[in-house]
Amino acid sequence: MTVLNPSTTRSTGEAPVPHQPRHPIPVEEIGEATIRLAGDSGDGMQLAGTQFTHTSALLGNDISTLPDFPAEIRAPAGTLAGVSGFQIHFSSSDIHTPGDQLNTLVAMNPAALKTNLKDLEPGGILIVNSDAFGSGDLHKAGYASNPLEDGSLRGYRVLAVPITKLNREAVAELKLSTREADRCKNFFALGLVYWLYERSLEPTLRWIQSKFSKNPSVMEANTRALKAGYNYGETTEAMPVHYRVSKAKIPPGRYRKITGNEALALGLTAASKQAGLPLLYASYPITPASDILHQLAELKRYGVRTLQAEDEIAAVGAAIGAAFAGALGVTGTSGPGICLKSEAIGLAVMTELPVVIIDVQRGGPSTGLPTKTEQADLLQAMFGRNGECPVCIVAPCSPADCFHMAFEAVRLAIGFMTPVMLLSDGYLANGAEPWLIPDPAKLPKIPVRFAQSHAGSNGNGTAAFHPYERDARLVRPWAVPGTPGLEHRIGGLEKEDITGNVSYDPANHEHMVHTRAQKIANIAKEIPELTVMGPSEGDVLVLGWGGTYGSIVTACQRAQRKGWKVAQAHLRYLNPLPRNTGEVLKRYRKVLIPELNGGQLRLLIRAAYLVDAVGLNKVQGKPFLVSEIEAKIEELLRS
Amino acid sequence: MSTMTVLNMLTPKDLASDQEVRWCPGCGDYSILAQMKKALAGLGIPREKFVFISGIGCSSRFPYYMNTYGFHSIHGRAPAIATGLKLVRPDLSVWVITGDGDGLSIGGNHLIHAIRRNMDLKIILFNNEIYGLTKGQYSPTSRLGTRTKSSPLGSIDTPLRPLSLALGADATFVARTLDVDINHLTETLKRAAAHKGTAFVEVYQNCKIFNDGVFEYATDKSTKADNVLYLQHGRPLVFGKDRNKGIRLNGLNPEVVELGNGIALDDLLVHDEKAEEPSLAYLLSRMVYPDFPECIGVFRCVERPTYEDVLNKQIDDVLAKRGAGKLEELFASDETWVVE
Repeated sequence: MTVLNPSTTRSTGEAPVPHQPRHPIPVEEIGEATIRLAGDSGDGMQLAGTQFTHTSALLGNDISTLPDFPAEIRAPAGTLAGVSGFQIHFSSSDIHTPGDQLNTLVAMNPAALKTNLKDLEPGGILIVNSDAFGSGDLHKAGYASNPLEDGSLRGYRVLAVPITKLNREAVAELKLSTREADRCKNFFALGLVYWLYERSLEPTLRWIQSKFSKNPSVMEANTRALKAGYNYGETTEAMPVHYRVSKAKIPPGRYRKITGNEALALGLTAASKQAGLPLLYASYPITPASDILHQLAELKRYGVRTLQAEDEIAAVGAAIGAAFAGALGVTGTSGPGICLKSEAIGLAVMTELPVVIIDVQRGGPSTGLPTKTEQADLLQAMFGRNGECPVCIVAPCSPADCFHMAFEAVRLAIGFMTPVMLLSDGYLANGAEPWLIPDPAKLPKIPVRFAQSHAGSNGNGTAAFHPYERDARLVRPWAVPGTPGLEHRIGGLEKEDITGNVSYDPANHEHMVHTRAQKIANIAKEIPELTVMGPSEGDVLVLGWGGTYGSIVTACQRAQRKGWKVAQAHLRYLNPLPRNTGEVLKRYRKVLIPELNGGQLRLLIRAAYLVDAVGLNKVQGKPFLVSEIEAKIEELLRS
Repeated sequence: MSTMTVLNMLTPKDLASDQEVRWCPGCGDYSILAQMKKALAGLGIPREKFVFISGIGCSSRFPYYMNTYGFHSIHGRAPAIATGLKLVRPDLSVWVITGDGDGLSIGGNHLIHAIRRNMDLKIILFNNEIYGLTKGQYSPTSRLGTRTKSSPLGSIDTPLRPLSLALGADATFVARTLDVDINHLTETLKRAAAHKGTAFVEVYQNCKIFNDGVFEYATDKSTKADNVLYLQHGRPLVFGKDRNKGIRLNGLNPEVVELGNGIALDDLLVHDEKAEEPSLAYLLSRMVYPDFPECIGVFRCVERPTYEDVLNKQIDDVLAKRGAGKLEELFASDETWVVE
């Protein structure tokens, strides 16, 4: 076992200036690294991870992150249930996933070690807070003996650091309570990891300054803790080497880091601007969608109104009301909320109003795994309503793509007077990547045509407006209250064709069912075709949808590098499917559909195209590892 | 008189849609429809500015019969839809039409929250104490022991008092009226229209088919005067054919007293619809036949900022302070970096 446990006697309170090592320690240039910061849910690992991500993005790395936290805000301290982790993959080349295996794991307590060690590569760097390995801590995590002493960590490069003690010493002069002092220890650990990967402290120091500007002692404590961690690495020569991951070669332009939920909020706001319509976002708090509400609540200056509704049904109801009134009505939730909204979504289908419904999917059924990711709401989005009730469905493929697909959802909702469901997931929602900031001047306009005049006359001289008289694409007019002469009534009862009056006529009902279905089918003419990455024909096509894009594309790239005839295509439009989907599927001997569900897209594809697609299905609340998809591709090629 | 004014003066007929009214003959809803058209016609609001939103039930067919904008939505959800509409279009006159099942059972939650937000909505609850459209089950306002198809031995759930509920949610305008008292009904609707904030009006409405005569004590000419008490702001609570009975407060409880024998008008409770605290209004809402006369009129009418006004003020304030947002600024709201 390689336990590197350098002397810890010297005080790190007086921090030397970073970047001036006394003894230059060799720097090894590496292409990429994956690290995970893990600790108790009260240890501030999410914050430390976010800071590492931010710093790496600013340094020009490509990044992909995977936060992983328990549903309980504070599970009992030190227990396995309370472990919170944040994984960051940062690279000097283009990457698409948060990484399969860890190069470095930081474990702030035994529970974090126990739950995360399996993901650390053999020989990987393991930084542990040795102060948290007392007998009580070990017992809570279910360790019979101390792994730091019993040899079980042989095979890793273990750096056992008394983080709690060193951190307390670093902030000792500030006379904080022990509790307050210990709150900074995540920054000590972060500082040490910054040293290990040669990151600048500046972005985090700036963040500390602005975040704690009203609380100077906390500002100073976090600053000292961060620097002390960094200097500990440097002055104790904690490792014989440290690492550099250079800037990635990615398309030029201005970038920022963005999570899926942030990107949805920005995409909706941009779409509302480009449509010239006010946005009402009505939502009921639910994990993992609440951040969209938080983001949009801050954007009142951009024509955004938010309503924290009394329940899920009220939220979608308010969005429908706003759409009836001529605004952009949007609601967001997760799977359990979609169940509650289903009847109202049916109302929006019947009344043909443009509403966007966001489903940030999580593990189900029922309350399921609130903080974990899954893709198991596709069939609910397709069919989860009474009657023949088609809606348009779109799904972003990466955190940054959430911007584009939110914009698309709005374009299609308004363009076709239909509810559009957008299926994000917990992985996209909380994961972050660099986003090439678009030029607002180059964003397309979203045309809005409110009905202005009468469509016909009822024969006795008074004008009659026909709310269900359609254009060639079968889209009905949007006539908003307040427009003189267009007074009309809509509702959930079946509509008579053209007039929109209540009708129980059997032939009319069938005609309207077909018309609503055809209208949704017509959307296929106004969405992009399915594109293929890789050979235009071959042995295997890997077809995916939604948040699994990163793992699939990386696996396919690796397969192609091995010379295999493997292509990859990703569906971002799920209803209707791109018009060339069937034609693409036919060009490959086998079709593999990896999904984080029991095979929902596979069911749809097999039904629609009679293709004998094979599934790779995982429901563990976690994204695919690249290696899992790679292995399945290989298995298919060999079979 | 300008041309504009002439154009804006509507007649009740202007507010009638071309759809055939399909309530049962003798239904109380006919009267409410007629009085609604009468009340709205006199408001000077152009027809296109009215929106009627309803849920499901007999009463919720109402929007089809008004030649205004209308939305016959889903069961219980009308207040939620109205909330979204009003948030983006505060200029519209938005009316929610609901019933005792729609508003108090399946839609109870939305009703409470619309009221507590004090959205500028007019919520008219047609209370017939029965489910009509589903053919006669007991409703949340049915009196204990009501025998229906779903309660053959009599209903056993304590009825909700709609006005007590509204007052509990801090409603700023609460009133009760009767389908057959057409003048009072029209005046009450006008008062509701004039109120800025949520106006909640309960209308006792007779269901001819499934619950006929349930409000007879309050509508029959021979018994009415002894069984209802018309509230008037600032006046003592007097009722009875001979105007010789009143309501007096005994500790925290109301009691019926006869005037004379040492009891004068001065001893009676005086109605104050503007009272800051809703306690007295609540107490009146709990007076139930046959122990008490039931109060008709405006129970409460107080001012409080509406939700949409406060929201718009927040928006105006932030716009005044920081100006309208531009997308460039929004996109760059986190730290950015340039890749050459």
